[in-house]
Order: sequence, then structure tokens, then C-alpha cells
Amino acid sequence: MQISLTINGSKHTLDVEPRLLLVHLIRENLNLTGTHIGCDTTTCGACTILMDGKSVKSCTILAVQADGKSITTIEGVNNADGSINHLQEGFKENHGLHCGFCTPGMIMRATELLANNPDPTEDEIRWGISGNLCRCTGYNNIVKAIKYASAKNRGVEPASTEPQFV
Amino acid sequence: MIPQAFDYHAPGTIPEAIGLLKKYGDAAKIISGGHSLLPMMKFRLATPEHLIDINNIQGLNHIDIRDGEIHIGALVREAEIEHSDILAKYYPIFSDVTKQIADPQVRNRGTVGGNLAHGDAANDHPAVMLALNATIIITGEGGKRAVPIDEFFFGFYQTAIAEDEILTEIQIPLPPARTGSAYHKEERKVGDYATAGVAVKITLNEDGICTAAGIALTNVNATPLRAVRSENALLGKPINDETIALAARYASEDCSPSDDLRGSAEYKKHIVGVLVKRMIQKAKSRI
Amino acid sequence: MIQCKTSKEISGMGHSMKRKEDIRFIQGKGKYIDDIKLDGMLYMDIVRSPHAYAKIKSIDISEAMKVPGVAAVVTGKDLEKYGLHWMPTLMSDTQMVLPTDTVMYQAQEVAAVIATSRYAARDGREAVKVEYEPMKPVMDPFKSLEPGAPILRTDKPDKKDNHIWHWEAGDKKKTDDLFNKAEVVVKQQMYIPRIHVASIETCGCVADYDKVNNHLTMYMTTQAPHAIRTVIALVAGHVGLTEEKIRVVSPDIGGGFGGKVPVYPGYVIAIAVSFLVGKPVKWIEDRSENLQADSFARDYHITAEMAGTKDGKILGTRFKILADHGYTDASANPSKFHTGLFSIATGSYNYDTSFMEADAAYTNKPPGGVAYRCSFRVTEAVHAIERITDRFALEVGKDPAELRMQNFIKKDEFPWKSPTGWTYDSGDYHAGLQKAMDTLDYYKLRVEQAEKRKKGELMGIGISTFTEIVGAGPSKDFDILGIKMFDSAEIRVHPTGKAIARFGTKSQGQGHETTYAQIIAEVLGLPAANIQIEEGDTDTAPYGLGTYASRSTPTAGAAAAVAARKLVDKARKIAAYLLEVSEEDLEWEPGKFWVKGVPEKSKTIQEIVFAAYTNHPQGMEAGFEATHYYDPPNLTFPSGAYICVVDIDKETGAIKVRRFVAIDDCGNIINPMIVQGQVHGGLTQGIAPAMYEELIYDEAGNILNGTFMDYLVPTAVESPNWETGHTVTPSPHHPIGAKGVGESPTVGAPPAIANAIIDALSPYGITHLDIPITPFKVWKALKDKGVIQ
Repeated sequence: MQISLTINGSKHTLDVEPRLLLVHLIRENLNLTGTHIGCDTTTCGACTILMDGKSVKSCTILAVQADGKSITTIEGVNNADGSINHLQEGFKENHGLHCGFCTPGMIMRATELLANNPDPTEDEIRWGISGNLCRCTGYNNIVKAIKYASAKNRGVEPASTEPQFV
Repeated sequence: MIPQAFDYHAPGTIPEAIGLLKKYGDAAKIISGGHSLLPMMKFRLATPEHLIDINNIQGLNHIDIRDGEIHIGALVREAEIEHSDILAKYYPIFSDVTKQIADPQVRNRGTVGGNLAHGDAANDHPAVMLALNATIIITGEGGKRAVPIDEFFFGFYQTAIAEDEILTEIQIPLPPARTGSAYHKEERKVGDYATAGVAVKITLNEDGICTAAGIALTNVNATPLRAVRSENALLGKPINDETIALAARYASEDCSPSDDLRGSAEYKKHIVGVLVKRMIQKAKSRI
Repeated sequence: MIQCKTSKEISGMGHSMKRKEDIRFIQGKGKYIDDIKLDGMLYMDIVRSPHAYAKIKSIDISEAMKVPGVAAVVTGKDLEKYGLHWMPTLMSDTQMVLPTDTVMYQAQEVAAVIATSRYAARDGREAVKVEYEPMKPVMDPFKSLEPGAPILRTDKPDKKDNHIWHWEAGDKKKTDDLFNKAEVVVKQQMYIPRIHVASIETCGCVADYDKVNNHLTMYMTTQAPHAIRTVIALVAGHVGLTEEKIRVVSPDIGGGFGGKVPVYPGYVIAIAVSFLVGKPVKWIEDRSENLQADSFARDYHITAEMAGTKDGKILGTRFKILADHGYTDASANPSKFHTGLFSIATGSYNYDTSFMEADAAYTNKPPGGVAYRCSFRVTEAVHAIERITDRFALEVGKDPAELRMQNFIKKDEFPWKSPTGWTYDSGDYHAGLQKAMDTLDYYKLRVEQAEKRKKGELMGIGISTFTEIVGAGPSKDFDILGIKMFDSAEIRVHPTGKAIARFGTKSQGQGHETTYAQIIAEVLGLPAANIQIEEGDTDTAPYGLGTYASRSTPTAGAAAAVAARKLVDKARKIAAYLLEVSEEDLEWEPGKFWVKGVPEKSKTIQEIVFAAYTNHPQGMEAGFEATHYYDPPNLTFPSGAYICVVDIDKETGAIKVRRFVAIDDCGNIINPMIVQGQVHGGLTQGIAPAMYEELIYDEAGNILNGTFMDYLVPTAVESPNWETGHTVTPSPHHPIGAKGVGESPTVGAPPAIANAIIDALSPYGITHLDIPITPFKVWKALKDKGVIQ
């Protein structure tokens, strides 16, 4: 089947098998390997992308269902000048990642979370990323990273990025 | 995990979709949100030869009020239910239930129609719709037919939808004054299916007497279950410790869960009782 | 506050330097195994057994071969021709690569399908028809050892039972004598469940054999690339693949936690197929395959006993273990002890009598016994000692914090010789626990708890004060297939004063690219930002044993410091030459030599390095490089004091972790931010087995929760907000006084949580529950005691 879709701003027309999963189209056909696969039950969220601005798990969408849609992956979130955006910066500055495997999915999910809720509480962030598993960080610093980006987006000084100890 | 090959159809209209269903019979499956079906296809537990994607059909994604009823299109996403002003105003039970369904990404895709049409007693909307006395609109070759929710769920994964029909809309009566609703499920972790879940809707008159009650249970029966004796325990009576305890006891007695990784049947029955009590109190507090 | 000797520009030890590796990960530019694509690459998928124990009657590949794109189907009989159907495990047991006649567990590899695409390989897998004759599996290790149990390892002609090994430590007679006469003895049977590392990236590889040059490049998810190269050479040497012809590359790894130490059959099959067809072969596991077939962790049945006095003095401990290893002992345990370092189970307490013994059994479960974020069975040991200590405190009616304070080894009693023969290097247990108690206002919580108990409400406070044992290890006790457990660093400083350093370890998220640079910066005074770190490529990195068991800082980190010191020695000679003074006349601070009393007469490290290439003294070797292979003189013994506060919903059994304070002592800290991150992550991996995770099998051998739907990895909602801090007691024998921290939280958290929950339930006579402690278990315990109807 022929489909056309926009990925990270550029248009692609491809001929695909109906059963091709969107995540495989992104990773294999388009070589955008920042979107990862971590499970087979739509649980882990490593494959999260934006489809028409909504965060979705690309392992559970067929490529043909993305026909005519606009997709954003981790490779498409940098600022126009190529610099990293506030969320990416938040993860880096607050040690919001260890192995980095869940990070693209986390950032894509957090992108929509902040779009809908620019100043989320800790509880809202935790529930907001409950479809993304991280095995490394214990989530504390992911919450902190998203709060950092929220503050920066709103022009507010973010909390210190130094680790806080008891 | 990769599905078996299939032919993909994306009809633009309901008649077109019904035509495809008639043509392919049980070799076809409808896909809407796809978050129950596609994982099963990836494990090859479902191997349809034809997949009929109804997402391109217009007119199935509305939430509006007509003729004293709330109409919800079958393709409305869980996330839209979660954040709908209309539903929040009349039935806060919807934000209760959607927050506990899977996770935000899944709710961006999953549809309320799919949640019901799947006929899974572990899904959460069936109990809510039972509690709210919803009517399910099913469309087939001969047009639409309205099925009361109590006649919708048949058996294990079975519903009133025939092979060549599509669930197109859900209709819910607007609540009378002094109505409250609430839903909660105990789950092992966020996004899990219910260990047990309870939906409650009650209406009280000025004197505090219960004039309408809807109580239904998730994942404690082969089919979504209305707790009839529990409802009757409240009807015509004030909501007090005594009536609540009776309603809780009846629900606990009348459900028939099974032992699994979530706990023993006895535990689940106990949870049903606890949640019936808590949800009646919560619904009452919302009046 | 952590004191820093270097400026922020240099960012030596103590600075929370932001991680150098992050810039690629946050832009989706990490390079993980599944991101590797080679020309002409084939894809492999694996047919797995639906039965736990069965004879294979036939394998029909004819339909699979008809699937478009399928190139080959490989079975055990095919590998048998090359002697590759069995392989050794790291524990000198044997494991099937592919079976020729019998499958021993559900999800075991049965055949491999090779195809031109991932999709075709999966279609081919579905089309392979295998006929089985199921047999009744042995799932219970106790029953497995009973007389008359069916003998599982019929491949071993001399094997007459399912017993794998027996192990002992300590003094049996002395311990039995003590227990016979002790005032107080408590005893508790406990089970440490079978769990899985469940790193978010599964395992996989790309095997790329070049027929023309007889050279194999093996890209794989491994925590120990050098050891793997040697293992491949030992296994495949007879077909001409010798060690100089093998390059193992471990790319970015999406979490390891011990699960990426073993050699899985999939890797071996991929190599064999690439060798035979001369094309690259990619194999990537699905999550369900990963959970169901890859090495498990734990699965220890422990009977713990403690003897003491009525006033709370601990006098001795006794432990008896039954280990369920599945059908083969495929632990990744490089020590000479079958139970790894379980003998640390004597804990943080001052007593001199202990005996422990263990037996291991074969069952029809997947093989393994990996050290999941654990220094080889330390998690099991710490759970046993910390649970039985709480049981003892309850028995003698003492506050568990006070009882611990009473029994701790004192700060000035180190080095301390444990009853099982370890020499603890250093520690300050009293300070750690006091800090944790102060942070929470411990006694105020006890008052609140007493008030709640009067109202029938359930609140619990649980403590775990553990001693870890990490940094494997000294060559007298540790090796993999005879290779000693040293690790290595090679530092090469370029003429302009920028450096590259390579290591025998392999980060899976621990931040080596940053922390190793900081260690070198600390010693040399070069900015850490200018020190490039590389690991994971056996063609370029020095030989080392890899990253697991919190060993990277204790071994390779030490190697970095010692290698850098060798460079300081060389720099001194060059500086003396440049400044025209004798070496003894020079003073050094990281980054600069100057003439004693004449501080303006100095040479920076950058000037000295430049001279090493442009103006080095006559007779001195040019260049500025050093290598060191560090064989630790002892292990390091980090410790921690953890306190957990829980509230329990009495009606539903639901458990809410209200607060969790973790005070760790890992000696000198290299990067506080990264240490804290490690602790956060490990704590979530501690709450996981304490409350959520367990691999569960039915009697027929079916796994009941082999996907992420039911294997409950905690999300951000289950994981509480962790509160962490530290005390600093340097290791006296480690070159930079560091100890290793990666596993402490995983080891220390489960007993703190379990103790808190049981503390909440203890007024009702509940003295123990096995982890994971779920709402259902809590409800059942309360119901069994008649507390609720």
C-alpha cells in the first residue's frame, strides 16, 4: 500500500505492507533509530512518538494508519537552530537518564504533557508518564527534568540542578 | 512481535464498512483504537485476514447533548472522555474511570466504543455504562438499533453486536438533580486491569431518599455485572451506614470472580464490598 | 558537604559534573544493538518450546522453508555436526544451544529461523512444526531433591539425582553449640523470589563473519566484552576462529543489571549461522522472550536463625539455603564460591559465630542465577540477616533501631574480620543509622505509630542497615574460566593536552564516560571535559572483566587513578628537565609542578605533555601514555542505613510508601549527582521485588506472567519520592578511597520495605511475609489472624 506522511517536517511517500508497524517504519524504513522498542504489550512507552501532536505508542499503530498524518520523533524536537530544547536540557541538567533507552519516549510523552498542562504538579507528572517505564533512574530526576522544562517554558527560573541530599 | 499478514481496508463511511463486514464475515475484524486487538495480533492470538479500520469514518467522535441525553460517538478517545467538560459537569465518574484506564498514550488512541465492543469484563467502561443505564446504538445494513446496556453483554467476550454491525454511539440519560457518580478499581499497579472495580451512580430526593441507583462491577464475573440486589438495597431508602453495608454485602455475595495472579476469589469479593461502600460514599459526596 | 580538591573547570572528584554521554541520548543518537544495520544482513527468530519438559519427536521445517524470505532453519541436529549444540556455562555446567532431543523449560530455544527480514523470520518461526511428547516437569526444588524424583539431567551419564552442589561457610560445631544453649533463638523460613532484570532494552546481537579474512565482529549486548571474546575463542577455536580473529563490540546498552553478562544460546546460534553463510545475522529478543528465557535472578529458599541474649545482644546466626537454578547452573558468578558472596549474611553486627550451608537443585525452569544488580547473592544475604534481625528485635521486645545500634561493629573496630572470613575494610554504621533516624525524626514517628495503633490503623517503620561486599575481586578468590578479576585503564594524553582513556569495563548507564574522566582529572589536573572515555570494543580497549557487581569504580576506577599516577611520575621527570631542577625540588598539585619556594617557576600539565612529544629529555621514552591492570587487594564494603515508612489500608491491604530515607556510605564520592542517581534507580529496583515483581510458574511448568502486562515493573506512580544522603568512610585500601554504590539500594531496600510492612502488621501477631508483599498477601495475613472478616 502506498502511504504519505510527514515525519519531522519532511514528507515521505512509501510503499508498505499493511501489517508494518509504525515503529518499524520509523526505525527500519526511515532509519530514525531514536525511537526504541522495549516490549510487545504496549506497556513500556519506549516507542512513544507524537502523531498529529498526540503522544502515542508507535508499536501499536500500523504504518498505514499514519497515512496523511504528521509524525514527530525524538530526532525532530530540537529547536529550529539545532540547539536542544528545554525538555532535552532538563533531562541532561538534572540527570534524568542513565542508559538513555527510555529517554526518547519519555521526552516525547513529556512534550505532550507540558503542551496540555504547562505547570504540572509532581503527582500530575508521575501519572502523566505512567505509560513509560524506566528501569534505571527511579524516576525522581525525570520528574525534576520535566519540572525544569516546565519552568523554562514559562520563563520562570527552574529549581537548582545540583543534587539535593538529606 | 509481528502480526500475520492481512488485507487492510479503511472505509470512509459506515455503509462501506458494513459492506466489508458482510463480505468478509468472520475473516474480518474491526480496528478502532487497536490497543486490545493489535497486541493480540502481534502475539498471533488473533489472525484476521481482513482488518477494517473505522478511524476514517466521520461523525463518530462527538460528545454532545440531544433530547435530554448525552451522546458519545464510538470513536471518541479515552483522553477526550477524560477531559470532556460536558462529562465532567454531569458525570465525574468518567474522569475517575479514564484516569485508571491503561496510560496516557493508550488513552490517546483507545476508544470508548472499542472498550465496550470488545466485550471484556475486565474493561472499565462496561460497569460505568451499566451504572449509568446507557443505551448502545448499533448500526447495520438496516440502519440503527438501540440496545439497552443490560442486553448488550452476552457471555465471555460476546456482545449484542452482530458480525455485520458496528457500535456507533452510546447514549446516556442526563442525570436528574441530586445525582452523584464515582468509579474506582483496585489494581496491582497503574494501568493494570482491575483486581475488582465498582461503578456507582445514585440520585437522592430532597429528603435524602435514594430514587435511582446504578451499581456495577468490573472483572469479577464472566460478563460485566450489574449488582441488582445492591441497587435495590438503596432504592427508596436513605443512604446510611446500614443501607451502604447491605449494598456492599450483596455485591460481594453476588459477584463470581476467579482466582488469579491478582488475588483469590474471596479477596476480590471482599474488595468489591469495600469499593461499593466507598463509591457510594464518594458518589453521595458529589451530590 | 563533599570537599572538592579541584576547581569546577577541572571537575575532578566531588563535582556533580553533568554527564558527557547524555548529549547523544537526549537527541535519539545513542547507538544500541538494534540500531546496527549491515549490508546483506539476515534476521534470526527463534522457535521456542511451549512445554516445560518434553521429548522432541520431530521438527518439520518444510513449510517454514516455503515462506518467502526464509533462508534457513537451524536445529540442534545441525549444530551437533559442529559440536556446537551444547556450551559450557560460566559455572562449569553445560547448557544447550539448541536441543537435539529434549526441552527442559518453557520458552527454551528449539530452532532458529534465518530470513532476509524480521517479518519473514517471524512468519518462518510460525511455520516450523514441532511435535513434542510432553513429560511431567519438576518445578519444586524441594521435590526435585527427594528420593525417587525423576532425574532431569539425563545428558550427564553419571548423574543419579538432581543435586547440583553443596556449599558451606563458617564454623558448624561452634554455631550448633551456641544455638543449643542460647537464651533466645528465632527462626524464619523465607523465600527470595525468582525475578528478572527486565532492562528496557532486551538482549540481541549482530554476528558478522567475514569469510575472506576469517574474522568475526560480534556486536552484542554484553557487560563483559573481553571475557566474551575469550569464551568465543575457547568454544569456536576448533573451527578456526581464534582470539585474534574475533572482535567483540558492545555498543550503547539499554540497561544491563547483570542480565547481559551471560552468554545466551541466541548469541551462539547467530555466530554459528554467520560463520556458515558468511553474512551478518541479527538477533533481537522480544520482551516476552527476554522475560521467559533469559537468566533469572534470586530464587533462594532460606531458613535464617539468630541466637542472642534476652537483652538484645546478637551472638550468632545460622542459614540454610536451597537454590533453584533451573535446568542448569548458568549463574554469572566469578567467585570460587557456589553461592557467590552470600557469606556476607553475617551482616553489620559484632558477633563471632555463624554457619551457613547451601544446596542447589535442578528444576524445569529457565537456567540462570544472575547477580541482578547484586554482587553475587548479596541481596539474598542482606534480606536474610535484616529480616531475622527484625524478628529477633520483636522477640526480645526491643526497638529495631536501638537493637541495631547495640550490635553494630564500631567504627574503630575496622578492619573487622567476619565469622565467615571476610575482612571488612571500613565503616561507620552508627553514624549512618543516626543520620537516617534524624532525617525522619524517628522517635516522633514511633509516637505517631503508637497513636495510630490505638485507633486500629496500620502504620509501619522498617529499617535495613546492611553491609555490601563489592569490587570483585582479588585474584585469590575470583576468576571467570581462570581469568582473574582485575580491570584495566589505558590513558593516552595527546600533545595538546587532551586525552583519551580506554577501559575493560562497559557502562550500561552508570556514567563511566563522565566519572572515569573525573578520576583522571582529579589526579592529573586535566579538565575532565577534555578526557574522552571509550569502552566496549575489544580491538581498542585493554583487557578487563566488565561491569557488574558494582566493580567498575573499585577496579577500573582504581586502575585509572594508578595509571594517572604513573603519568604524574613521568610528568615530574619532564618538569624537572624543563625547569632545570632536580625532581626532589618540585612540588605538585593536580595540573602543575612548581619549584619549591618559587611558585612562579612552574609548568602546567599541558606544557609538560606537549614537551613529552616535542622536547622530552634524552633517554626518556617519548609520548604520554600509561596503562594499569588493577588487581584489588581486598573487596570494598559499602554500607547503608535505610528507613521506610508505610501506611496500609486495612480494608484492602493496599500499601503506601509514605517516606523512604536512604543513607549510603560508598566511601569517597566521585560524582555526587551520579551516585545519587544510582541510588534512586536502585531503590526503585528494590521496591520492585519487595512489592511487585516475581516470575510465577504453575505446576505444569507454564510461566504465568511472562509479559510486561503481568510482570509488574514499577512506574513513576508506584515509585515514591526517594530521599537520599550519605556518610563518607573512605576505603583504606582503594587508591581513591571509593567503594562502589550501584547495587547498595537494590540490596538494602527490600528488607527495609518488608520490615516496615511487617512492623505495621506485627500487633496482630504477623511476624513474616515473603516478598513481594502485595495487598492480597497483607489482606490474607490479616484475615488468617482474624483481624478482618
